[in-house]
Amino acid sequence: MSAVPDDMQQDLLKTIDRVAEAHCPKAVREAAEAGEWPAALWRELENVGLVRAALPESAGGPGLDFGDAMVALRRTAYHALPVPLAETMIAGRLLVAAGLPVPEGPLTVAAGEAKRVPWGGQCAHVVVVGDDGIGLAAKPPVELAEKNLAGEPRVQLRLAATMLTKLPKARERLLLEGALARSVQMAGALERALAYALTYASERVQFGRPIGKFQAVQHMLAQLAGQAAAASAAADAAVEASSGAPDEFMVAVAKARAGEAAGKGAEIAHQVHGAMGFTREHNLHYVTRRLWSWRDEFGNEAHWQMRLGRMVAAKGADALWPMLTGA
Amino acid sequence: MHEFRFEPVRMPPAAERLRREVRAFLAEESARGSYQPTRNSWNTYDAEFSRKCGERGWIGMRWPRQYGGHERSALERYVVTEEMLAGGAPVGAHWVADRQSGHQILRHGSERARRELLPRIAAGTCFFAIGMSEPDSGSDLAAVRTRGVKVEGGWKLSGTKVWTSNAHRAHYKITLARTAPKQEDRHAGMTQFIIDLAKPGVSVRPIHNLYGGHDFNQVIYDDYFVPDDMVLGEVGAGWKMVTGELAFERSGPDRFLSTYRLLVESIRALGASPDDRAAAEVGRFVAHLAALRRMSTSIAGMLEKGAQPIVEAALVKDVGTTFEREVPEVFRQLLPTEPTLGHGETYAELLGMTVLRAPGFTIRGGTREILRGMIARGLGLR
Repeated sequence: MSAVPDDMQQDLLKTIDRVAEAHCPKAVREAAEAGEWPAALWRELENVGLVRAALPESAGGPGLDFGDAMVALRRTAYHALPVPLAETMIAGRLLVAAGLPVPEGPLTVAAGEAKRVPWGGQCAHVVVVGDDGIGLAAKPPVELAEKNLAGEPRVQLRLAATMLTKLPKARERLLLEGALARSVQMAGALERALAYALTYASERVQFGRPIGKFQAVQHMLAQLAGQAAAASAAADAAVEASSGAPDEFMVAVAKARAGEAAGKGAEIAHQVHGAMGFTREHNLHYVTRRLWSWRDEFGNEAHWQMRLGRMVAAKGADALWPMLTGA
Repeated sequence: MHEFRFEPVRMPPAAERLRREVRAFLAEESARGSYQPTRNSWNTYDAEFSRKCGERGWIGMRWPRQYGGHERSALERYVVTEEMLAGGAPVGAHWVADRQSGHQILRHGSERARRELLPRIAAGTCFFAIGMSEPDSGSDLAAVRTRGVKVEGGWKLSGTKVWTSNAHRAHYKITLARTAPKQEDRHAGMTQFIIDLAKPGVSVRPIHNLYGGHDFNQVIYDDYFVPDDMVLGEVGAGWKMVTGELAFERSGPDRFLSTYRLLVESIRALGASPDDRAAAEVGRFVAHLAALRRMSTSIAGMLEKGAQPIVEAALVKDVGTTFEREVPEVFRQLLPTEPTLGHGETYAELLGMTVLRAPGFTIRGGTREILRGMIARGLGLR
């Protein structure tokens, strides 16, 4: 994956921009948060080939490399599209890893007691993840319907006993895949929060000039740009290291760094927007509420920081540099 | 522009070979006791160590062979610099010449300057200082008052520079002076000169820093004569050169590895089974470092392609130096000890030196506030 998009990636970005523009007006976002499945939006994402983007051609994917698929995922997060694309990609990667076929339609993943399953009531199939194996459940019943702070469904499912196919360390694999996807999504959402803040700072006039002309505001935006860039860099590096299976060290780096940037970046974006950003009317909250949700899903910063800290401690202080340089 | 993106780079096999060579050299040198990793930083001045680096071809790596260089890539140079810093090597003597002065001479210097100076810099026997700041000109560089007046065969310089690190032991200095009165464009009319610090007309006085160390100097020019062929580039175009240099000065691993040895020694002191809080703090720093290194190597890749990523470099320096300054603040609480300067336990000394040096991290090479202004400009706010 290259951070500066190549032609293929430019096309993907344009496609997603077009889909967001045409099929995700505010009414669709609000309806989705009220529990309505955004059928037209999902169908369009299927039509343009994004739903299977992270799958290899042998499993019915469009032949994109993993980096391209993650560029696409990132852009859907930039637009805060209310769909289980990340979950469908994660489920697909797990199924492929276990040698299972990938069914059509939106997919999600559930482990353990199947609590807070993303989009669990709306997906055609749920990949059920055990410690060392995975299986497939079709439309299990919803026990308790909840949402995350962004209004994305997070529901408890009632799972019947499911036949599991062997996938070593499946639960750990799910955690890593999820953390990687959320890191990429947070990078996209931060990019949008910065874009909103820059636009607002150039349009909002106080004391006779756009607030973006004030040094205090400029410095806040510079720091927001720094957080967004660091989150991107960490997520990009993790994606590159994870095209086959997720790389534990780099995914931990990405989720810890992007999660921290999410909190700090959202705080600045809101401060720049003043009261306007606190309204339902302005669109900033579609990305910031996702940032505040995603940083706590698939392990918060402390979880990944502690894992990183323990990895380093176990190998010893002098092994840190070789870990960082990969040599 | 809405966001700065940092293209990934892959280290070529030659760079990874070089990495192993540098590591082996540093292991050997520190084992022999020629330096102590915990006692150094990239401003530790050790002429003998620099000579050894020169011998191995690790200075002036990107320059043409005809000027003593080694025609290596920006990424190979990057690997050498990051290994030196991570290893706590005393690279201060040749650092400035290798990082920026030599590059300026190569791009803008006369043929004589190139032939006389570059091979000696590359050999690790000729060291440089940077002369930009003045008593009334720090962040506002266009306010320089050191004047250059045209005379037969050259220029006469008069004025005072401050904060010139290593002027008392370097051989040369590149200095910025006003050569035409201020006009509407306040950045016009400035020129860079190569100063031979051994010649008459220049005097160097120490400025001791807050811990009593001597790196800084005041440098006074009193009708100091610079021959025409020691002018850097076009007369009046100094500002452009100074700003062009900034991508080199600001994006490197020296902008986030200043406290790396303290991080390593802290991890050692916390042991193999740190508690949750200690593990999380270490992990947080590791995550920051990994992201910073990715951004910084990306800039090395852009430099390799001939780009001048000045705003990206400012961003890396801002994020990087913020990280550097957090390291001592966190570990002093996790590993309670009374920091000391010299004659103490190794960790307490390393902490003491780091705490006292830290204020400089976000000032040297462009203050945090100047950098944020540049980033804001890059974001289209200015």
